[in-house]
Amino acid sequence: MSEHVLPKKLYFAVFLSLIVLTAITTGVAFIDLGPFNTVVALVIAVIKASLVVLFFMHLKYQTGMTRVVIVAALLWLAVLIGITMSDVFTRHWTEHGKAWQRGSVILPDRSTGSTALRLPGRA
Amino acid sequence: MADAHVTAVPVAHQFDDFEQQTNADTFGMWLFLATEVLFFGGLFCGYSLYRNLYFDAFTAGSHLLKVKYGAFYTVLLICSSLTMALGVRSAQLRRRTALTIYLILTWIMGFAFVYIKLRYEWYGDYLEGLAPAVNWAPSRESMEMINHFHAAVPHVALFFIFYFCMTGLHALHMIVGVGLLTTLLIFTRQGKVTGGNYNWVEIVGLYWHFVDIVWIFLFPLLYLIGGRYV
Repeated sequence: MSEHVLPKKLYFAVFLSLIVLTAITTGVAFIDLGPFNTVVALVIAVIKASLVVLFFMHLKYQTGMTRVVIVAALLWLAVLIGITMSDVFTRHWTEHGKAWQRGSVILPDRSTGSTALRLPGRA
Repeated sequence: MADAHVTAVPVAHQFDDFEQQTNADTFGMWLFLATEVLFFGGLFCGYSLYRNLYFDAFTAGSHLLKVKYGAFYTVLLICSSLTMALGVRSAQLRRRTALTIYLILTWIMGFAFVYIKLRYEWYGDYLEGLAPAVNWAPSRESMEMINHFHAAVPHVALFFIFYFCMTGLHALHMIVGVGLLTTLLIFTRQGKVTGGNYNWVEIVGLYWHFVDIVWIFLFPLLYLIGGRYV
């Protein structure tokens, strides 16, 4: 795989794309797009990361086993974040879950700024 | 063993030939990077969770960081990734002088990243009272920003804990990367790379690009996300 010497031009083209995408993502952050600011920022970050992996890290010339490892890493990351989110943000769906939420998560108290742990059954 | 240069390369006794050794070495680095994805993943997961719970505080915290630093680091790391990739190319072509120059350029940019981050940005945050547990005393301007978003001060502190942990772990990886580059420079000078195992450059390159990718995500997540308009 290391025998595949890529042309210099390709590296410079990838480099330029990365710089342009950095400029775009920085510029867009100063425009009010509502919730789409987050979406745009993350989409551009994923595109930039893909460019680095595909061209700088020579993904094209890696063995099949390496590709399996990359997919596995992303899959476990998705499991880690996905299951944590689906746990925490669905707790209020049931009464039992609500009690659990009150006892376990420090909820913001806007009126006082206090983060004292609010346990079920306490004022 | 078709090529003349391959015979000159030392092959460890457990491998049949140079190609097998190269593939095994490279695969090992990818495997390590997969564990690194999950190493950083824990922090990214915690960040996502608390950003959703304390959305206003994380937006306020993001506004207290300086975009110019984040954008500068991003450009610096992209430049260093380019010189690293060109260094790998020089190693493939057995160009020792070019390889040395690219490695030195990458080293300088890596060192500059860590130095500027610690000496100017982190120290600046510390002086501004934005370092939880060390010096947490947000200034009047910072408090105005926090109040503008109706955020609770302790939750902004939580944002800064994530900021210091995530950029700190990243900076630690940069320090390791600079160390690897130093080793590689010594080996190159001794002729062990261009006259021997050039795949070392590819492996260090993979690590370097990975650390760059982590920053590609840290930059929008910490400095930009939620928008910088007020």
